[in-house]
Amino acid sequence: MNAPLPAFLESNPRLDRWIAFPAPGQVTVLTGRVELGQGVLTAMAQIAADELDVDLARITVRSGDTDVTPNEGYTSGSHSIQAGGIAMRQACADIRALYLAQAAVVLGCNADALSVRDGGILRDGASTGLDYWSLSGAVDLAVKATGAGRPKAVADFTRIGESHARLDLPGKVFGAPVFIHDMRLDGMVHARVVRQPNRGATIGAIDEAAIRRAAKGPVEFVRQGNFLAIIGGDETAVERAGGAAPAHVQWNDVETPVAAQQEASWLLQRPAVDRTLGDPEPADAQGRERFEATFTRGYLAHASISPSCGLALFKDGHLTVWTHCQGVYPLRAALAKILPVTAENMTVVHVPGSGCYGHNGADDASADAAIIAMQKPGVPVRVRWRREEEFVFEPKSASMVVTVRALLDTDGKPVDWTQEIWSGTHMNRPGGGGNLLGALALPNPPPEPPPADVPEANGGGATRNGVPLYAIPATRMIHHLIPDTPIRTSSLRGLGAVPNVFAIESCLDDLAARAGQDPVAYRLSITSDPRARATIEKVAAMANWQADAPGGTGRGRGIGFARYKNRAAYSAVVVELDVDEDIRLARIWCATDAGLVINPDGAINQLEGGIVQAASWVLKEQVRFDSDAASGLSSFDWDTYPVLKFSEVPEIDVELINTKDDVPLGVGEASSGPTAAAIGNAVSHALGLRIHDLPLTRERIMAALLQD
Amino acid sequence: MTTTVEFQVNGKPVSVAPLDEETPLLDVLRNELGLMGTRFGCGLEQCGCCMVLIDGAPEKCCAKPVWSVAGKQVTTVEGMGNAEAPHPLQQAFLDEQAGQCGYCLSGILISAKALLDANPKPTRAEIAAALDGNICRCGTHVRILRAVDKAAAVMRGERA
Repeated sequence: MNAPLPAFLESNPRLDRWIAFPAPGQVTVLTGRVELGQGVLTAMAQIAADELDVDLARITVRSGDTDVTPNEGYTSGSHSIQAGGIAMRQACADIRALYLAQAAVVLGCNADALSVRDGGILRDGASTGLDYWSLSGAVDLAVKATGAGRPKAVADFTRIGESHARLDLPGKVFGAPVFIHDMRLDGMVHARVVRQPNRGATIGAIDEAAIRRAAKGPVEFVRQGNFLAIIGGDETAVERAGGAAPAHVQWNDVETPVAAQQEASWLLQRPAVDRTLGDPEPADAQGRERFEATFTRGYLAHASISPSCGLALFKDGHLTVWTHCQGVYPLRAALAKILPVTAENMTVVHVPGSGCYGHNGADDASADAAIIAMQKPGVPVRVRWRREEEFVFEPKSASMVVTVRALLDTDGKPVDWTQEIWSGTHMNRPGGGGNLLGALALPNPPPEPPPADVPEANGGGATRNGVPLYAIPATRMIHHLIPDTPIRTSSLRGLGAVPNVFAIESCLDDLAARAGQDPVAYRLSITSDPRARATIEKVAAMANWQADAPGGTGRGRGIGFARYKNRAAYSAVVVELDVDEDIRLARIWCATDAGLVINPDGAINQLEGGIVQAASWVLKEQVRFDSDAASGLSSFDWDTYPVLKFSEVPEIDVELINTKDDVPLGVGEASSGPTAAAIGNAVSHALGLRIHDLPLTRERIMAALLQD
Repeated sequence: MTTTVEFQVNGKPVSVAPLDEETPLLDVLRNELGLMGTRFGCGLEQCGCCMVLIDGAPEKCCAKPVWSVAGKQVTTVEGMGNAEAPHPLQQAFLDEQAGQCGYCLSGILISAKALLDANPKPTRAEIAAALDGNICRCGTHVRILRAVDKAAAVMRGERA
């Protein structure tokens, strides 16, 4: 009996949805995973090359197209290799087996005598003259996967495990028109949306003449309910009009965030949906030493380097939408809810944008384009958000408060751990409900989605990594989901994992200090998972960790560790830094066990990126509110929402361990939480006191020093 | 009333008729000349995605009126090299796999070219300082710094 199929092959069983042999010598790999800058298409090509035994150069990858590729939901959660990759592996193994079976029939031999080399069928190692392409007429791939094909053993891989150069990078280095922003369709109009400030706000008055004057060129207004857009053939005029319009459109029922709501502590006073998960509260905590600490983190922006962009064309009853979002099928389902077009009459195609790191404005921008396109049949419409629009209207990562309460044994080790979490949702994707920004401005907007966060079965949202991986006899989470936040929140790389790991690992250092132990030794003393131990030991060796490094000197070093979602890659980070009134990163080391690694250099690139981005979050980033600002946000450009600069990035060493394991573990979000924690612990070591609130700004450092 | 502005792009003379003289150079490059390599990031001269060389000096062009480059030499990433004849910086970025989403790379390559044209042997700190006007959000900084350092060595003839 065959092993159960990987989940995404089970849900997309037809083999011709995964692989095609379109012409002699050519292979098309079809994947629902989309390129977000993480190199996933190169990894998919490597997997297919290995399992099919074809040269990588023969492979073309098509991704994220509702007409042809499998429905793999969202490209998110570090799932692409861990879930999508194994589906691709099995699909290719099944296809290879079908071709070998057919070749065996043709040759009158046993399939066991056959093998494949670069698409050609060999019998006992000698060419048979048959290949995938010559057999294609006789093999029907419009059949369901069975799991009958056996994927290769790790030892037999030739492409998987190789640091193949990224297939998409040359175009990006030579300035080719590879991004969705670069698409130009015949007869296309440019468009900018005059954004509804919030759900329920209605347009009062529009000074069209003032907007036209600002455009200094021909523009046209498109309006449907409270959805207002400006379109025209000349992008310069449309951009001018779009930039000027907010000052010339008066809205009713505007709700503006106020500064008091910007800090995470505001959440503590709000109505919440409460849950407790995990072990029951201890019946008798008498005699145990107690430890408690509270940590906060403000709202973060995805701050993608390109503003969101979407194109749409409604022609002959069919709507085509081009998007750089993470899930073409879910977007199609959402668009079918808000537009008078069924999913069957709609094609949604992914075209790369800049890195998104989660749910940014991409879905909304393509919905904007679709809404306008429906009003302009036959005319391709391109919406590109303005910079300020992106900062103000992209969904933010929820602010969070995390309180840890631990009971300790006589050695100062935790025996009971409670992680109490207050947060807005980390899941606000359009999904099937039509939850898209432009749709909220249409007549009959979709209903407000019910309060919900990512289920624990999918790794949790605010609860992600809320349970320490350490050997603690009893753990629980108390989750307060705050349904009503002043700004829209959704998924950003790592979701709740970063605040949770920051809290857990900060506490571990403080507990180690109470116990008079070195932070690394203390962690190892409560770590039973051998892969976790190996990861921590590896990073300590890389960083030449000194147990007796003196603290409070202004130079600090700290460690952070987590296994992402407690089920993806293990990652440990050591940071060395200097603190006076500012924090200067000096050096960062990272060891990661991601199991089977398809493309080691690609994985390291992702881990480095996760480190730098987390460092930026922890040192600099918080979305700030100001009711005097037109939008209510005082973070609306790169000056008011600064991120880490080149001169602030230290040398970073990343090493992978255990790369020949059988199973790949998602790596894209693994290093962020440990990095945040390691920076926090290094700052604590350097100052001799802990700062519990992120970001670690100059004001907070000075306040902590003055309080001490 | 049509405005005509003449200048050179990547060594070739161009004559363009934009909406008006205030039209940003970036819009002219992308929408009139079809040179999509120079990217739009902010329109505020903050992020560096739109960096070009104007008479050899690195400048953000998303808010730079096209009249201001009349008669000048503009170099874009397309003018640095191509797959057949890559600039040493482009080759080094490929060698070091110095990119993730790649949206910032055109501007970074231009800033790096301006640096190496003026300073063939920069330190890591000098490279970083020269790139501080460019934002990379994916966190590819370490590789980019390494790639620029490598390209400099290649251009000095110290490395292949």
